Amino acid sequence: MSGPGSYFARHTHALFSSAGHLARAPIATTFTVVVMGLALALPLGLDVLVRNVRAATADFSGAVSISVFLKPGVAEARAAQLARSARERPGVAAVELITATQALAQFRAQSGFGAALDALDANPLPHALVVTPRPANSSPADMESLRRYLAAWPEVDAVQLDGDWVARFNALLALLRRALLVAAGFLALGVVAVVGNTIRLEIRNRRAEIEVTKLVGGTNGFVRRPFLYTGALYGLLGGLTAWLVVAVTLVLLGPTAARLAQSYGSPFVLAGPGARELGLLLGFGTLLGWIGSWLAAARHLARIEPGSG
Amino acid sequence: MITFEGVAKRYRNGREALSNVNLHVAPGEMVFLTGRSGAGKSTVLKLIALLERPTRGQVSVGGENTGRLKARRVPAFRRRVGVVFQDHRLLIDRPVFDNVALPLIVADSSLKEIDKRVRAALDQVGLRGSERVLPAELSVGEQQRVGIARAIVSRPPILIADEPTGNLDPQLATEVMALFRRLNEVGVTVVVATHDLHLVRESGLRQLVIENGRIAGSEPAGALPVIEARR
Ligand SMILES: Nc1ncnc2c1ncn2[C@@H]1O[C@H](COP(=O)(O)OP(=O)(O)OP(=O)(O)O)[C@@H](O)[C@H]1O
Ligand SMILES: [Mg+2]
Repeated sequence: MSGPGSYFARHTHALFSSAGHLARAPIATTFTVVVMGLALALPLGLDVLVRNVRAATADFSGAVSISVFLKPGVAEARAAQLARSARERPGVAAVELITATQALAQFRAQSGFGAALDALDANPLPHALVVTPRPANSSPADMESLRRYLAAWPEVDAVQLDGDWVARFNALLALLRRALLVAAGFLALGVVAVVGNTIRLEIRNRRAEIEVTKLVGGTNGFVRRPFLYTGALYGLLGGLTAWLVVAVTLVLLGPTAARLAQSYGSPFVLAGPGARELGLLLGFGTLLGWIGSWLAAARHLARIEPGSG
Repeated sequence: MITFEGVAKRYRNGREALSNVNLHVAPGEMVFLTGRSGAGKSTVLKLIALLERPTRGQVSVGGENTGRLKARRVPAFRRRVGVVFQDHRLLIDRPVFDNVALPLIVADSSLKEIDKRVRAALDQVGLRGSERVLPAELSVGEQQRVGIARAIVSRPPILIADEPTGNLDPQLATEVMALFRRLNEVGVTVVVATHDLHLVRESGLRQLVIENGRIAGSEPAGALPVIEARR
C-alpha cells in the first residue's frame, strides 16, 4: 500500500492542508501572526538597539584613562622610569608622560594666564602620567585594581579616574543585554502559549473532521500532523513579521539617527537586522510554534474519539 | 469472523441499548440486521467497528477481542472494517474526492493508488464526475453513496453498513445491494442493518432480528410474517 513517495506525500499533504486552513481564515490567522510577530519583535528590537548603541559608543573606550600625579620634587628621569613600568603592566594599552614643563606650556597656551605665570619663579606643576587601559580591561573592576596599583607607588601624590562614566555606561549595556535575554525567555513562553491556544481552538473547530479521520483508521500521529504544521507555519510567519517590524522601524528611524550622529561628528549609521537575524527568527519562531502546537495536540487530540462511550 | 457473546451495552446516559446479544457471522457471510427503530441495530454495528466498547460480554471481530485491543492498535483495526454510517459522517467542507480518499490517505497509500481507487469506488456507486463537488451540494441519497464509496474504497475484509439504502430510490437501492453482493462474492464479510424488509426478502440471506436488547431470531429471509408482525 505505501508507495515509496508516500512518506513525502503525506507530509506534503499535511503541510498544504495546514496552509490551506490558514489561508481560509485570513483574519484569525493575521491576528495570531501579528501577536506572535510583536512578541518576537521586542527582543529583536532590543538586541538591535543594544548592538547599535555599542557600535555608536565603540570609540568611547579610548576615553577611559587614569591620570597619575606624582609628588612635587620627583625627578623627570624617575617619572620616565615609572611610565615604563606602568607600560609593562598587563592590560595597559598606553602610558603618556606629561612632564611639568610640558604641562606648564600647555597651561600657558590654553589658559590665557601666560603673563601671570611669568611671575612665578618655579614651576608649581608636578609630572603626570596618563594611563590608558586596553578596551577589554576597561571594566569598573579592572579600572579600580589598576588605580590601586598606581596609587600604591610612593612617588604618587594623587590618582584620578577619567571618563569612568563610560565604564558605567558599558555596565548598563551589559545589564540591558541580560534583561533582554530574560525578556526573550518570557516572550518565547508567551509565543508558545498563543500558538497553543490557537491550536486548541482549531482542534475544537475541527472536531468532526478529527472524529471521521479516526473512524476510518487515522492514527493520533496522522491527526496531529496538520496541527503541528499549522503551529510551525504560525511561528514562521510570526518570525517573518517580527523581522519586518524591526526592519521597517529602523528604516523610519534611520534619517533621525544619522542627523543625531552627524551633530556629534560621528560617521555612525543605524545597522538594521540582517540575514542572520532573519534566519534566527524564522528558526526560533518555527520551533516555538511547533512546541506550542505539539503541547496543545498532545493534550486535546487523544481525547477526541469517535464513539460516545 | 464476527462473534458476540453475552454482549450488553449501556450508554453513558444510563440507557441500556443491548442487554444480552449472542451472534455469529461466518467469514465471507452476508447477513442483515433488522428490528424496530431504537432496537439497537446501530449499537451492534458500532460495537463491531469499535466505535463503542461493550459494557459486558465479548465482541470478537476478525479474531480480535475488541475489548482487549490496545489503543495504539485501534487505527489498524478500523482500517480493516469499512463502515457506512446511518448519518453519513462526511467532511462537509471537503469535496467528494477527499472524502472518499480519506481511508487511503490515513493508510499512506500513494497518490497514484488513491486516484485510481477513488475513481473506481465512485464509479461503483454511480457518482463518477462528482469528485470536486462538496457534500452539501449533493442530495441526501448522493451523500449516502459517497459514504458507501468511502467504506469500500480501501477494500476492507469486513463491511458494515447502517441503513445504506435508507435514502435511495428502489432502483438505486437494488444497485447498492447488488454491489454489496458482488463484494461478498469475492470474500468480504458484510453486515447490513436495514428497515427495508423487501430488500431482505429479495436477497434470501439470513437476518438477525434484534428485540428487547437481544437477538430475537436468526431466520432465513422466508419467515417474514413473524417480523412484519413485530413491526
Ligand atoms: N450515543 C448514544 N447515547 C445514548 N443513548 C444512545 C446512543 N446511541 C443510541 N442510544 C440509545 O440506544 C438505543 C438503541 O439505539 P440504536 O441507534 O442502536 O438503534 P437502531 O436500532 O439503530 O435504531 P434506528 O433504526 O432508528 O436507527 C436507543 O434507545 C437509543 O436511544
Ligand atoms: Mg440505527
